[in-house]
Amino acid sequence: MSKESWGTRVGLVLAMAGNAVGLGNFLRFPVQAIQNGGGAFIIPYLVCFLLMGIPLLWVEWSMGRFGGKHGHHSTPFILDSMDKRKFWKYIGVFGIFTNLAVAAYYCYLESWTLSWVWHSISRTFSGQTQEQVAAVFGQYVSLSSWEPIVFWIICLLLNTWILSKGLSGGVEIASKIGMPLLILFGAVLAYLAITMKAGDHGAINAGSVGLNFLWDPDFSSIWTAKVWLAAAGQIFFTLSVGMGSIQCYASYVKSKDDIALNAMSAGWMNEFVEVVLGSSIIIPIAVGYLGIDKVVEMTQSGGLGLGFKTLPYLFEQWGPTLAVICGVFWFGLLFFAGITSSLAMGTPCMGFMMDEFKWKRERSAWAFGAAILVLGLPTVLFFNEGVFDEYDYWAGTVSLVVFAMVEIILFAWVFGMDKGWKEINAGSDMKVPTVFRFIIKYITPVILLYVFISNIPGIVNKISNSDIKTQLAAATDETVITQLNEQMFYGNVARIILLLVWLGVAYLVYVAYKKRMREGRFTS
Amino acid sequence: MTSTALLMMVITEVIITAVTFYFFWKVLITPPRKEPDSYSENDDEKR
Repeated sequence: MSKESWGTRVGLVLAMAGNAVGLGNFLRFPVQAIQNGGGAFIIPYLVCFLLMGIPLLWVEWSMGRFGGKHGHHSTPFILDSMDKRKFWKYIGVFGIFTNLAVAAYYCYLESWTLSWVWHSISRTFSGQTQEQVAAVFGQYVSLSSWEPIVFWIICLLLNTWILSKGLSGGVEIASKIGMPLLILFGAVLAYLAITMKAGDHGAINAGSVGLNFLWDPDFSSIWTAKVWLAAAGQIFFTLSVGMGSIQCYASYVKSKDDIALNAMSAGWMNEFVEVVLGSSIIIPIAVGYLGIDKVVEMTQSGGLGLGFKTLPYLFEQWGPTLAVICGVFWFGLLFFAGITSSLAMGTPCMGFMMDEFKWKRERSAWAFGAAILVLGLPTVLFFNEGVFDEYDYWAGTVSLVVFAMVEIILFAWVFGMDKGWKEINAGSDMKVPTVFRFIIKYITPVILLYVFISNIPGIVNKISNSDIKTQLAAATDETVITQLNEQMFYGNVARIILLLVWLGVAYLVYVAYKKRMREGRFTS
Repeated sequence: MTSTALLMMVITEVIITAVTFYFFWKVLITPPRKEPDSYSENDDEKR
């Protein structure tokens, strides 16, 4: 049996919440809300949380605890222990692959926040125009200096070192420090954003104008499929379901201890950070200084641009002291959101090596760090060529949907709802509403199937490079043609790398399975 | 802010905040199970 354990129940809940809370809570959610009906977006969003998010949280927590009972701490053998058929362990490969591939690019993103904390303290953006601040980011990701590599390595070392200290000695302590600070920083920034007045420090609008822009509901939007798909997608990514990390954290919970209340507490904490704090910072400040039209234009390219290229400039308008404080708070908040998630990505990979190959915790942590270094290098070196986005699409989007869809079918239809319902309720400190038995069996799989089918055209387009080919056919400028060809080449290379990683993990699972058979450790 | 936007924001945020604090408060006040439980920090307590 594993010697790893959680120190406290609160620590476990904060670690799970930290796993879910990520940069998307602050950068993706407000942009999604603006683009999908403003305040009305919250209706499909909360419906999807109730019908897909909460059921998936309970399913993943209970799958993890069930696997842990049999000494499994990663999805290949957790899934394997739930049915006699042998192929499930290869479906479980997604629960390691996704963590490896997402951590590979996510740690780079995390390192930007660390670097921007440093730039906020060293007053890099002082006296710069908005274009100059945006140019700093462009130069940064173009690797015009060694700085991005240095911060990336620091970030990798920090993650690896914390992971090497184990669950209670590393991950839990990081979450107990990171989550309260994140909420404190978020609350201070939200207060400053909401109370901002037109005319103060050059603001053209009050904070309430931005809030109104975000929350003013367009109720006609809730009748469109696009909005529901966006809401389902946001719930999916914000809760970190379909990754395998929830199962891993929950596998260290004993069967007599609660998972139902823990799952609710961690899940709702993520919602609090996303909806209450996430909606109250970036949009009110951006609209306050740039106006609604400019913000609408900027959100077309997602929230990253607003967060890294615009906000540092806007903080500068508040004077030197507040610029430093807000810069440190904003990028510090994003850093804590990032690191508590990336730590969760390390534990399933480590759990697998420790369970199957009897590696020590430190060795597993350093091996994970080394794997992320090698896998993440293309995203750092070829960021502008689209490798980062390619990893994000395949590992951070498609893989999650596929895995969650298959795992809920396994849980509700193969493992069976009778056993499944018992697992969810075992040791429970709350009464799980019986209606969720029906929802888990019928509604959630249908929603996931719908999300997956809706993604198929996009997947086909990606594989066939049809968007780039269309642009190539229309392009006449030699430079543009070269850029597009490069983008297609690097996109294909990134996909091959990811495929090789998946096959590599599948091979390790096969070796582990054979080893188990030789040792007489039957799996299911 | 328009009254619909304000209402939408206040209702949503109050509900989410209340539910979040309710569940977290329940986690805090629920007494731990008899040892051995899943958590190592109370392992030295009387069994």
